[in-house]
Order: sequence, then structure tokens, then C-alpha cells
Amino acid sequence: MYQIKSYHEATTLDEAVELLADNSNAQIIAGGTDVLIKARERKEGYIDKDLVGIMRIPDIKGVRIDKDGTIFIGATTTFTEVENAPLVRKHLGSLSFAVGTVGGPQVRNTGTIGGNVCNGATSGDSASTLFVFNALVCITGEAGNREVPVEDFYQGPGKVDLAPGEILKGFKIREKDYKGYKGHYIKFSQRRAMDIATLGCSILLMEEAGIIKDLRIAFGVAGPTPIRAVNAEAFAKGKPVSNTVLKEIGVRCLENAKARDSWRASKAFREQLIKSLPKKAIEIALGGEGDV
Amino acid sequence: MSKTIKCIVNKRLYELVVEEGESLLEMLRERLELTGDKQGCGVGECGACSVIVDGSVLDSCIYLAAWVDGKEITTIEGVQDESGSLSDLQRNFVDLGAVQCGFCTPGLVLSATAFLNKNPDPTREEIRRGLSGNLCRCTGYQKVLEAVEKTAEERNLERVSKRG
Repeated sequence: MYQIKSYHEATTLDEAVELLADNSNAQIIAGGTDVLIKARERKEGYIDKDLVGIMRIPDIKGVRIDKDGTIFIGATTTFTEVENAPLVRKHLGSLSFAVGTVGGPQVRNTGTIGGNVCNGATSGDSASTLFVFNALVCITGEAGNREVPVEDFYQGPGKVDLAPGEILKGFKIREKDYKGYKGHYIKFSQRRAMDIATLGCSILLMEEAGIIKDLRIAFGVAGPTPIRAVNAEAFAKGKPVSNTVLKEIGVRCLENAKARDSWRASKAFREQLIKSLPKKAIEIALGGEGDV
Repeated sequence: MSKTIKCIVNKRLYELVVEEGESLLEMLRERLELTGDKQGCGVGECGACSVIVDGSVLDSCIYLAAWVDGKEITTIEGVQDESGSLSDLQRNFVDLGAVQCGFCTPGLVLSATAFLNKNPDPTREEIRRGLSGNLCRCTGYQKVLEAVEKTAEERNLERVSKRG
């Protein structure tokens, strides 16, 4: 039995906003694969809560595309639904792959992409790929709607830019951020399933005749929040896709990383991964084997 | 506080009063006395509590009972064939020695049942991924994989012979 003060399930966004308003004890719950585990651990701030369920709100579930090519991924779309959504497979292949590396089938069938990001963990498998697609986070609350870049949404470990009473509606990815790009995500972990990333690396590449037109690289677990390797990205622009360049990109990724020791891996090992995984991810994105 | 919900469990309609903090696993085991599915880790890592809800397998220990309102659930007690015998998949688990202590078996059978419904002709790699949310500390998984593979092969042969 979970120690919950109350549970209410909203069926519209307005109802959810109303349930959250003026209740500092309210806690949003989506798939529950993080919130319930924290409640089970009796973690501070997660017991005796007034839970507000949002899984039956149709507006924030599923994947849609606008006339201008902007793709919207609803916050309560489960990992399995994101992975299999035809729009995601067609335009955001690396995101489909990335969410497929979360936990196991059971967790992917209930856990949501919005929950993954709101949890604020640097290791969240969807995060680094949302970073390279320059995703916009769509938020609603009593004061109305607002949008922030996903990079700014992460404020620290477990801390995101979501004020009490606000709800994450979903993510927008604009056509200019996916059209003509190829990407890949590498989750480096001890097990191939049911594990948390030791390091996650997502790349998005626009390449023409062997020249890097644009490259975006993001890491999970290379710092307290997911990060973009902006120095390496700037270096790569206009360079040929060669062994030397790809190796140098890896070295320059360290300039933006703040890896540290944890029981999962040492700082030195993480830095080795930060240096070597971008090259491998780029090679796989270009259809290769990605040998390091 | 409690909530009234309606759901179908193993093809039978129930109207139940559940507690707000009650997990689906607690509802199944303690209210409906369907004790086949087990609680292992209690935090969604081992898959012993796997059940099928609206066609998808999930960990019932980290799923609120209130969430199954209007949904259809299959537990291990509901996977046998129409005559009440073991399903073909369960039979293959037995025949190929995919069961040892048996604690993980209900979860593995439910995961494999849902998996084969979605992917009737899987590769060995796809089976491994499909069952990756279920831990077993006895079998080494090899025999489990063989049982699932054999079930898929038999079903596909039957499909071909029916068509022929």
C-alpha cells in the first residue's frame, strides 16, 4: 500500500490545473515508474501527497505533426508509444531508438517521456536526444502557456523549470531541427536492459559529400544535467568526416563535460567514454559499424 | 479514501472498491485472491508481478489499482487455453525445463504471451529484448528463450498448415 493522502484523476488540462492550484501538497503523477518508486522508498516529499493523475488527458498524449512540420510529442506518451510512433520513426529515428533503451518492456509500457524529463535526472535516456533536436518544452498553468528550450528546462540534478501548479504538456521539435539530419544514441551501461546509463551520447548530423554541415552532440551523465558539447560542435562545422576529425571532436567534447566519480563508474572512465562515443555514434548514424 | 472501479480480469467483469494507495498487484492478490503473480522487488525491476493490461505487459507493483478502471487485465490464472489446460507456451516452458524455482515463471509467461501476440515471428534477439524486464535467478534464461522460440515456431507452422 502506497502512503498517499489522496488521488484525483484529471480528464482535461483545465481540470488538472484546477486540482494543482493552491495545493502545495499536490504532486503530478503520470506513468508512476519514478513517483511510485520514490513513494515506496518513503523519500522526502513523496509520501502523504495529493496525487493528480494526468494519464487520461487526451490533449497531452500521442504524437502529431503541424502543417509547418513541427512535431508535437505529448508528455504522457509512453516510451513504447514514442518508440513505435510512425512520425517519430520517420523523422526522429534516434529518439525512437533512445526511448527503446529505457528499462525493460514493462517500464516502457507505463513510463512516459514527459516523466523522464520532469524527473530531472542527467541519465534520462530521452534527454540527450531531445537536446540535439533542440526540443521546446511546452508548459501550462494558471498563468497560461509558455515554452522553454529543453536545455534551459534542466536546472540541476532532479530540478527542472516547472513551478508548483504548472504541467508539462509535451515537446515541440521544429522541422529545421530534424529535416536532413541523421542521428544516433548510444547508451553505455553495464547491462543491455534494466539499467541506468553510465554515460549516454546522442548525436545529430547533417552531412553533405563527406563534409559536416552541422553537428550536435549531447551527453547524459557527463555533468549534473544533460549537456551539449558546444565547443566540439563549433569545431566540427565545415570539417570533413575523417578519422582525425572524429577523434578530435571527441577530445573537444571534454571541454564542456563535468563528469564525476560515482559508484557506477569513475570520472576517468566516463571521460574516456565522452572522448570515444561521439565518433562511434557518428559512424553508426552514417550507416557504419561504429568501431572505436 | 477509496474509489470504485470497473475492470475485466481474466474475462470476468468486476466492480471493486479499492484504496487510493493500493497497487494493482495488491488488488489482484489480496482482493481477488489471484496469487499466481508474485511480488519480487517491489520497484519495477524484476518483473515477477507482470500482468497484461489492455494488451501490454506492465509491472503491477508500481501501478495503481485505480488506473485499471475501464481496462482489461490478464493474470497468470487467465492464460490457459479454453479447455482449462496449460497454454501452448506454458506447456513448452514445462517440456523444455524453463521452470526451476518458479517464482519468476508467471511473470515470464505473461511477458512472453504479450510479446508473441505483438510479434508472432520473432528473432532470438527480439525475444531477448521482449523478456528483458523479467529477471530469473535459476534458469540462465536459455531454456526460457527456447520455450518462447518453439512456441512461435509451432504457431507459425499451424498457421501455414491451416492456410495450405
